[in-house]
Amino acid sequence: MRRTFVLEIVMVAVAVAFMFPVYILISLSLKDPAQISQTPLALPAPPTLDNFGKAWSAAALGPSLVNSTVITVVSLVALVALGSFAAYFLARAHSRLGYGLYILFLLGIVLPFQLGMIPLYELVNDLGLLGTHTGMILFYTGIQLPFTVFLYTGFIRALPRDYASAAQIDGASHLTAFTRVVFPLLRPITGTVLILNAVFVWNDFFTPLLYLGGSGFETVPVSVFAFVGQYVSDHGLVFAGLVLGALPIVLIFLLLQRYVIKGFSSGLKG
Amino acid sequence: MTHLTVDKPPRSRPAPAARPGGLRRFSASSPSWLFAAPALLVYAAVVLYPAAAGVVYAFTDWSGIGQDMSFVGAANFLALLDDEQAMGSIGNTLLLTLAIVAVQNGVGLLLALGVHARLRSRAVLRVVFFSPVVVSPVMVAFLWKYVYNPDPSAGLNGLLGLRIDWLGDPSVALWSIAGMVVWQYAGYSMVIFLAGLEGVPKELHEAAMIDGAGTFQRFRYVTWPMLAPAVTINLMLSTIGGLKLFDQVFAATNGGPGYATETLSTVLYKQAFVFGKFGYSTAIALVLALFVAAVSLVQISYLRSREVAS
Repeated sequence: MRRTFVLEIVMVAVAVAFMFPVYILISLSLKDPAQISQTPLALPAPPTLDNFGKAWSAAALGPSLVNSTVITVVSLVALVALGSFAAYFLARAHSRLGYGLYILFLLGIVLPFQLGMIPLYELVNDLGLLGTHTGMILFYTGIQLPFTVFLYTGFIRALPRDYASAAQIDGASHLTAFTRVVFPLLRPITGTVLILNAVFVWNDFFTPLLYLGGSGFETVPVSVFAFVGQYVSDHGLVFAGLVLGALPIVLIFLLLQRYVIKGFSSGLKG
Repeated sequence: MTHLTVDKPPRSRPAPAARPGGLRRFSASSPSWLFAAPALLVYAAVVLYPAAAGVVYAFTDWSGIGQDMSFVGAANFLALLDDEQAMGSIGNTLLLTLAIVAVQNGVGLLLALGVHARLRSRAVLRVVFFSPVVVSPVMVAFLWKYVYNPDPSAGLNGLLGLRIDWLGDPSVALWSIAGMVVWQYAGYSMVIFLAGLEGVPKELHEAAMIDGAGTFQRFRYVTWPMLAPAVTINLMLSTIGGLKLFDQVFAATNGGPGYATETLSTVLYKQAFVFGKFGYSTAIALVLALFVAAVSLVQISYLRSREVAS
């Protein structure tokens, strides 16, 4: 009993130390420039919310939140639809073609995207999709498909075939059997797919910087990057922008923390 | 980096032979390949074609403007050997990866062991340590850029009473970058270790205790071997993440001071989008791809054999 007590104190102390950067982030966002230069570590006295209003408009956070949301949501829908359909074939095909395609998809997990970065930029440019939501959605769907297909295929392989077979005996096609019977059974892995891809797409920086920079369709990380570059010396303002930029995903994480943590650690059983 | 969470390709079982009669025979009808067609189309356009084209570009002198290019054989790779900045970036990338892999997993394991105990605060602690994982690495880097303030009265220096120029001193900057990456992702390693710890049957611990094993012995001989799959995933994830590191460096130091924190990813970015040497840039990307592939293969085969042995 006493050992757990000591451990508890140690762990809480570690957590407090761990939160130091977060304390800096929040306390500076509530200070005016004079407080920041004179008492950089102290609590804000008095706290001010001025930075937040200014940061919201200076970083164009309203429009970027809309852009990020549209791109993330549509990419997730496309990933779940295309990924689960493909996995149904890959998991159930008894052919060389099925196995070969599965390996081809796995290859995409290992390939660093930098290898195709420039040819893809060219392709997106040629298609006139630079600076558009469509270009980004296409990119995320393609780049995250290998991982999505991999998760779904493993899960479907472990499902008994009998459900789908029963539906087919009743006269359903593979398409109906999949959408009506199999897909609802995929809910747990769909949760994992949604969470891991959502965090990736929402936070991704490099490609949206390249494709969307200066287009007016920037996602949150790109807007924040530009904003920080512009106001770099005004730490209170910059940090208010960082707080606002990180807030949506942190709130969603806190609401769904159990599922999020489970999703991230489920690679083990995948 | 999340798309590398998984290590275990599910064993591909040979398709069961259709049994005579009954449902099995019926289910032997496979779905049409058209189910995979839309995914394949997007995947080919976004990943396969560009990667293949990238391999070709790596052997050209393409400048990115127009279609003007000629094959230069291995010239890009030979130039790489003479390029101090690029060669330095390979060293930096490897050192950075090594530091991140060692510290992130060490810290992650200790946190997991701590949080796994029956603490009253365990649920809160888990959320606290995990929370930086969901935030954009660019924003974390901007936060840490201030935490690493050289001002002795502010940030980490102010807290610890130090006078270190964390990001400005070339001999320190690389380790400071590793520090912020570890801060952000130690919680990720933690939850994967935690899932592994939860999979260790209590009976095994009890049996070892009855046999008189102490805490350390129980960890060494009961817990550790059972953590092998978690170790595999964590090592792969952190290695690949380290090798490809870009956002944090780009936002915090942009490769500076001098070339002290330049990584393969920042160098190939600059070669392409600052200097317009697209062929050369893709050659560097190919080197990075080979590093990632080599590390993945070595790790998979080595850690697999360990898993089986234990």
